[in-house]
Amino acid sequence: MQTARSKIVKPPVTRVGVVGWVRANLFDGWLNAFLTVVTLLVLWKLVPPLVQWALIDSVWNTTGNACRETSGACWSVITANLRFILFGFFPPEAQWRPAAAMLILFALLFVSRERSHWRQWLAYAWVFGLIVMAALMRGGVPGLAPVDYDRWGGLPLTLLLSVFGLAGAYPLGVLLALGRQSKMPAVRLISVIYIELIRGVPLISLLFMGSIILPLFLPEGVTLNKILRAQVVIILFTAAYIAEVVRGGLQGMPQGQYEAAASMGLNYYQTMRLVILPQALKIVIPPTVSILISAFKDTSLVVIIALFDLLKTTQTMLHNPEWMGFSREAYLFVALLYFLGCFWMAQFSRRLERELSTEQG
Amino acid sequence: MAQNFSETPHAMIEIIGVHKWFGDFHVLKGIDLTVQRQERIVICGPSGSGKSTLIRCINRLEAHQRGRICVDGIELTNDIKNIERVRAEVGMVFQHFNLFPHLSILDNLTLGPIWARKTPKKDAEEQALYFLEKVHIADQAAKFPGQLSGGQQQRVAIARSLCMNPKVMLFDEPTSALDPEMIKEVLDVMIELAREGMTMIVVTHEMGFARSVAHRVLFMDDGRIVEGNTPDAFFNNPQHERTRLFLSQILH
Ligand SMILES: Nc1ncnc2c1ncn2[C@@H]1O[C@H](COP(=O)(O)OP(=O)(O)O)[C@@H](O)[C@H]1O
Ligand SMILES: [Mg+2]
Repeated sequence: MQTARSKIVKPPVTRVGVVGWVRANLFDGWLNAFLTVVTLLVLWKLVPPLVQWALIDSVWNTTGNACRETSGACWSVITANLRFILFGFFPPEAQWRPAAAMLILFALLFVSRERSHWRQWLAYAWVFGLIVMAALMRGGVPGLAPVDYDRWGGLPLTLLLSVFGLAGAYPLGVLLALGRQSKMPAVRLISVIYIELIRGVPLISLLFMGSIILPLFLPEGVTLNKILRAQVVIILFTAAYIAEVVRGGLQGMPQGQYEAAASMGLNYYQTMRLVILPQALKIVIPPTVSILISAFKDTSLVVIIALFDLLKTTQTMLHNPEWMGFSREAYLFVALLYFLGCFWMAQFSRRLERELSTEQG
Repeated sequence: MAQNFSETPHAMIEIIGVHKWFGDFHVLKGIDLTVQRQERIVICGPSGSGKSTLIRCINRLEAHQRGRICVDGIELTNDIKNIERVRAEVGMVFQHFNLFPHLSILDNLTLGPIWARKTPKKDAEEQALYFLEKVHIADQAAKFPGQLSGGQQQRVAIARSLCMNPKVMLFDEPTSALDPEMIKEVLDVMIELAREGMTMIVVTHEMGFARSVAHRVLFMDDGRIVEGNTPDAFFNNPQHERTRLFLSQILH
């Protein structure tokens, strides 16, 4: 009653200052106030013990046995095994090579973040960077001893499968979406069958099939290594989902845009590339990024065909008797790495959306 | 305006016995129409009578199923080459402008010339600015369509068509999606265009425009051209009952 009266007499609670913000955002009505209190209670119960465990009581640079003495988190499991978690069975004396390759990749991704950098030099930078990365990982050039694919693992493998998976799946997905809308019945039929078949089967079974069936289709003598097979399957799988999202964007395009382009004498490819796709793809940025994010996380399924991605190297490390039982810390660390990757993608997509929308007033 | 057509072996547009169906629905029921070079034609008629369909057949946004359509001596068939040649000569302005919202005004205008005509970018931009000047909107070149008023957008759309140097311009109710206060600025641009001798087919119910610009006014109803005459004769002395009824409905 008191508050109601004071609300009528006085102008609304000031919006500046801490008190104003708290009132407007946290105690704005009964339900809101109740939720705020509950949230605070939960945080009060959860945060202090967590901080106690993760930071105050934790140990960072000890042996496994020393860890068992403490009640806090054993981050030593990470620090002592970081090399194996990140690089797997890559020859230890050459581990600077995958590290350098990843740095190059991060640098390229970082530069590509800015749309103003999307020019020809960036394409050359990618091509050059990829060649250097391949040389670093594979070796076999003067000064770098060859490393077999079987020894690739950990974070480089996860990143490789993700980055190329996404980079391959996106254009393929767009093509499939266009195919599904094509006026040519054969193209349309093939696209529909492809999309529906792939979407009807879980990634895991596709990975199994990829490692067993794909080789049957290859000509005599040609072998695809396991990583490449997994890569192909990830691309084919993700593309089907991208295709459906992009199709949604295409269907949202007004007929008038096609007609205006046609009456200006643009042909099909020009119309799609210059008029329709730039608009349609922009509309579907949020669902597309959701698919890319889940594809990134799904790369961890390659463990089932015995590839040592980030998750598998971590798991393998935990079989070491010295570090057995510290899976909590280890999986938290891996989760953090995955989270950083996903968070970066989400940030990037928000930024892209914002830039594209301010551009058009 | 005086009738003064250039002497050429064939007319600009020849439409002979054209029929069109949407599925079972008979939209155009035998259209015959010849448009001379520099002739300006206004088409009016009730909604659903096939006006849009007719002019969309002229640049093959719709395909007719019977009869012949020739534009500047090129017959429209399924031959994609011919369709491209015809579209290169025919500009079209739509009721809802259909500008490309993701491109700046300048890019809207240069897209066609650069990609369909292979005009060098610099020339295309120069030409675009020239036509923007002509539609009195050169100061908006850097903006995006969404930032302009409807009247401004329609003038940009006209300039965009002109950038392709068309021999014929088709207008499908260019002012009917506009607020009343913006209609005049668009009609003024069209009148200037007429003065310069552009061949035009305009679907519109702006009868003032028809009177001052058209050589002939046609009345369409139910997929047929019911009558066509000079503006004076058409408005003062309509021959058919349906025309009279239609005029009485829109002229007050
Ligand atoms: N794509 C289409 N499919 C089916 N029917 C159509 C299509 N376009 C137009 N029509 C029909 O054809 C008739 C004529 O349409 P239209 O040429 O747009 O008339 P107007 O422009 O004179 O109003 C209308 O009855 C309309 O419903
Ligand atoms: Mg119409």
